[in-house]
Amino acid sequence: MAKTIVPIGPYHPLQEEPEFFSLTMEGEKVVDIDVQVGYNHRGIEKLSEMKTFDQSTFVIERICGICSTSHPFAYTRAVEDIIPVEVPERAKYIRTVIAEGERVHSHLLWLGLAGHFLGYNTVYMWAWKLREEILDVMEILSGNRNNYAMFKPGGVRRDFKPEDIPLVIEKLDSIVPTMEMLKKAVIDDPVLHARTKGIGVLTKEAAIDFCALGPTSRASGVARDVRKDSPYGAYDKIEWEMIVRHNGDVFDKVVVRILEILESIKIMKTCLLELPSGEIDAKLKSIPPGEGIGHVEAPRGETFHYVRSDGTNSPVRHKVRAPTFMNLPTYKATVVGETISDATIILAAIDPCYCCTERMAVRDVKGKKLYNGEDLIRLSREKTEKMKQKKGLK
Amino acid sequence: MSFKLKALLKSPWVFHLSTGSCNNCDIEILDCLTPRFDIERFGMLLAPSIKHADVLLVTGSCNRKSAERLKRLYEQAPKPCLVVAIGECSLSRGMFIHSYNCPVPLDKIIPVDVYIPGCPPKPEAIIAGVVKLIEKVKSGK
Amino acid sequence: MTRKEILKNIQEKFKKDIIDVFDKHPKRVYIEIKPGSIVKIAGYMFKELGTRFNIATGVDLREHMEILYHFTDEDINLLISLRVKLPKDKLEIDSLAPVFEGANWIEREMHELLGITFKGHPDMRRLLLPDEWPEGVYPLRADYEEWDEKAIRDRGL
Repeated sequence: MAKTIVPIGPYHPLQEEPEFFSLTMEGEKVVDIDVQVGYNHRGIEKLSEMKTFDQSTFVIERICGICSTSHPFAYTRAVEDIIPVEVPERAKYIRTVIAEGERVHSHLLWLGLAGHFLGYNTVYMWAWKLREEILDVMEILSGNRNNYAMFKPGGVRRDFKPEDIPLVIEKLDSIVPTMEMLKKAVIDDPVLHARTKGIGVLTKEAAIDFCALGPTSRASGVARDVRKDSPYGAYDKIEWEMIVRHNGDVFDKVVVRILEILESIKIMKTCLLELPSGEIDAKLKSIPPGEGIGHVEAPRGETFHYVRSDGTNSPVRHKVRAPTFMNLPTYKATVVGETISDATIILAAIDPCYCCTERMAVRDVKGKKLYNGEDLIRLSREKTEKMKQKKGLK
Repeated sequence: MSFKLKALLKSPWVFHLSTGSCNNCDIEILDCLTPRFDIERFGMLLAPSIKHADVLLVTGSCNRKSAERLKRLYEQAPKPCLVVAIGECSLSRGMFIHSYNCPVPLDKIIPVDVYIPGCPPKPEAIIAGVVKLIEKVKSGK
Repeated sequence: MTRKEILKNIQEKFKKDIIDVFDKHPKRVYIEIKPGSIVKIAGYMFKELGTRFNIATGVDLREHMEILYHFTDEDINLLISLRVKLPKDKLEIDSLAPVFEGANWIEREMHELLGITFKGHPDMRRLLLPDEWPEGVYPLRADYEEWDEKAIRDRGL
């Protein structure tokens, strides 16, 4: 059968970030996929070498908007690892609350986009409306909806006011019933089962070989989470559960993320209620020569930062590795062999964050173009409609 | 041309384009479509393709690869097409001014009509900026 | 196996290849090895010890370059970093991509940003930089200079 190459991207409605996929098709099945990145590369590692340790924190926050806390968190832990120094207890709890708040908003964002790709626009609108509540919580605690700017090497920059905490806990309590409703609506829907179960399976062996991270690998049975394996912040002082599923398909990835939202809200409430008093800053004066590594669990997996210092007030080398960098190549194992109408949801299932990966690239494609980007979303939604009719729901 | 523009701006279709951003501004633009801010009540819809766009929303610090695509996309957009630069990165590249992969700011590549500063600008600021643009056009460019 | 046993095993098994072991604190160990033995030791760590490959970092230190390969052993909460020193006039090393898939992209990135050659890599294309970027110019090197005359580096004030 003749092979066709279908390009998706680089600019595509509803894909906020530019990236370019080129799927080689034989009939309806995908036989090969190539991802080209590089549209988002801004040379942040080089910029870090021109700034001081304190200024670098603000540049690092803007690597990614969705997981904007995980990068400064890992960076400050790397700098603290050079000495090494422990931050005060109150700072640990504050950092944990901010990190979990970000996990909730990131997973809700993804849930909305996944619903949109499948044709469930109501899920999209509901998830993003619920997301506004958690952004309000973050604005009360830190002053901004997205770039919280709470981290600095040695502790946190601002404190939580005791009078804000009851209001925040009330808001968190009000999110839970809506979230439970959304969870039931999504997990118990038969058409969703048909659309996502058994699709885009990433086996446990493939997940280990590609060194996949985060919910992508936890949905395939690999029970790894930096918060449990190498605890930091307040994670070893409070009770919480790691969510693991074993089938590795898109449905399991959805379930893992939804359950993680509920778990994160519990962690936030526990930390706010048990917030110890004390200092929030270890007051570092200077960084001695040496190397440090910091890693935290971002919403998409493990974020890894390596910092090397030579005693001056600017890093010699700052390496940033975002989780999507390790998760993107898994497309070779999940998309190949599936049909074209499932391509969008499988590509979205690893929750790719291209700006974090800091990569983007372009290529010309020769060959007849049968579908363009909007056609693929249309195909995905048509399949959902067909399934609804089959099940007699329409 | 001005008459055509005034007519189009009764219900402007916006096309959103990111030239290498951290995504915060892009999420805030999508937030405008969600129930709390809801720009659809003003008739603003997200255009599915550049050929249906009246207003181009650009974010990001124009790195080398994206700059070529940006130029090509701008040529494909049917004129009159207004350009709105959202966020610090598209104003002047912000903190990425010394990056080896971001050579020129956005307004040296394509002409820009409205600048909305912020990192990221809140959805209220984005809506206010687009409304200012519409009023500026209505009062005669 | 405990942390002490693992480190003892590595040191005994690869006695001839290890140059130095820096035991920083219970969670971090930095082991310096000879460049020729990276495939052997990395293969042992990935397949037999079952550690996860985190990422590789290339560092330009003017007189020589270093590559650090970071592996995590989650069961004992230990991060082992293998350090390899490469002389500036011979920047090449064997590729780890045939051993596990996770090393594929990072070697492409280190090649185009630092100029290190990875022998045996199946697919050495550009990953991040645009196609018009000139050959032989490596941005992450310490002696990188602005080559683009049309670049504007001030705000015009």
